[in-house]
Amino acid sequence: MIKLIEKLGRTIIAFSEGLGSILILFLLTVKQIALPPFEVRNTFKQMLEIGIKSLPVVIVTAIFTGMVFALQTYTGFKRFGAEALVGTVVALSMTRELGPVLTGLIVAGRAGAAMAAELGTMKVTEQIDALETLATNPVKYLIVPRFLSGLVMLPALSVCADIIGILGGYIVTVGLFGASSVVYWKRTWDFLEIDDIYNGLIKACFFGASIAMISCYKGFYTSGGAEGVGKATTGAVVLSSMTILISDYFLSSLLFK
Amino acid sequence: MIKLIGLHKSFGDNHVLKGLDIEVKKGESRVIIGGSGSGKSVILKHIIGILKPDEGDVIIDGINLKNLKENELYEIRKKFGMLFQMAALFDSMNVWENVGFALQRHKKNKPGEIRDIAIEKLKMVGLVGVENLMPSELSGGMKKRVGLARAIAHEPEILLYDEPTTGLDPIMADAINDLIIEMRERLSVTSVAITHDMNSAYKIADKISMLYDGRIIETGTPEEIKNTANPVVKQFITGSATGPIKIEGVNHERTLNRA
Repeated sequence: MIKLIEKLGRTIIAFSEGLGSILILFLLTVKQIALPPFEVRNTFKQMLEIGIKSLPVVIVTAIFTGMVFALQTYTGFKRFGAEALVGTVVALSMTRELGPVLTGLIVAGRAGAAMAAELGTMKVTEQIDALETLATNPVKYLIVPRFLSGLVMLPALSVCADIIGILGGYIVTVGLFGASSVVYWKRTWDFLEIDDIYNGLIKACFFGASIAMISCYKGFYTSGGAEGVGKATTGAVVLSSMTILISDYFLSSLLFK
Repeated sequence: MIKLIGLHKSFGDNHVLKGLDIEVKKGESRVIIGGSGSGKSVILKHIIGILKPDEGDVIIDGINLKNLKENELYEIRKKFGMLFQMAALFDSMNVWENVGFALQRHKKNKPGEIRDIAIEKLKMVGLVGVENLMPSELSGGMKKRVGLARAIAHEPEILLYDEPTTGLDPIMADAINDLIIEMRERLSVTSVAITHDMNSAYKIADKISMLYDGRIIETGTPEEIKNTANPVVKQFITGSATGPIKIEGVNHERTLNRA
């Protein structure tokens, strides 16, 4: 029993330490964003890496999610004659939930893993120390561009996911089930409020920033060679995904009143 | 001038440096010898300010690193060049971008000039025609040369070498030794090298210091070190498994009996 409590205590301490270290790294990052010189070229490179290169996966995920959503709700809603509301359901769930969350999970798996692996390898091969010896602040050079790219590109990808998901729903509802195109669009726009999109994007910004901070933190504090890099990468993806799913509930309860 | 006074450093329960003192004069070439895991790299990382001592002072040209703000610390690092054990080249950049990294970062040269300067530094370390290769395409010895070219590109006053000959064949190791001597003569830099390769130490050092149990236990010219009376130093330089230095995890009774 005592051992169990000890173990629990240790886990809590380790968790708090980790959280504290990420917060400190976050504050250092914010400080470095404000100080010149600005990492314009590196930031664009990371935006390409995180944003543009994730786009194909986001498109495929969003279109099939929209489609399966329409498929399920259409057949379900038909039982009580509410199939006209499919457009509303798809639009609300994509903008409020699925757009940001699915994009977040994809970016965590794709770009988050890549960030942790790249920074982790740089750490264990002393490339991060080499940056320091060449009078270059590694937080500024490595983390700031990734953080900014996450912050900007996740909402951008999320907007794409919203639009494409709604189109996916349209394809199934109108194309497959032969429902009226006018009704689909009318029901979509009638009940969709600007706040749905806006709050969804706030969540996306938070997810983007969290993925970048967690993945960079995991990479930056890697130790122990190839095995350590593997652990850092897994840790980054798991922790980012958990953060997205858990914070999603609390952000939603705060934002959507 | 580099001065370390009463340096203590622990990593968790491992007390690596226990009141280390060392002084390296301007223009001197100092080699620090010591066993694997004795904290040699830790000393270099303190000199350049990547690690902060738990106790004690690091003084570079009369400036105590402890008193510096972050940006002042980065400023003082421009005086340094460091060659890493595994070269630590940036694998996302090609060779000349690696060599020109500091120049490009600190914007002292026009972008068009950087490539030419990088090629010229590569020539200084005996490499021609490799500027567009990626680090993954280079052999171990070439990587070290590129690492050295990167370390000298911004014309530092102090060069730090982390095990410059480790992992190289004897001929390549000697070529790197010659390069280190050449750098000192051509650039008149102060240098600190850490190594456990005694051939290298005798060749490149003005003075050799032996690190043992977290302190410098002896300092002298290569000749003085060769003729030392200190049993610990003697054991280390002759490379004997028997003597006062205990090898971690090895049954000494057995080693002694067999000897």
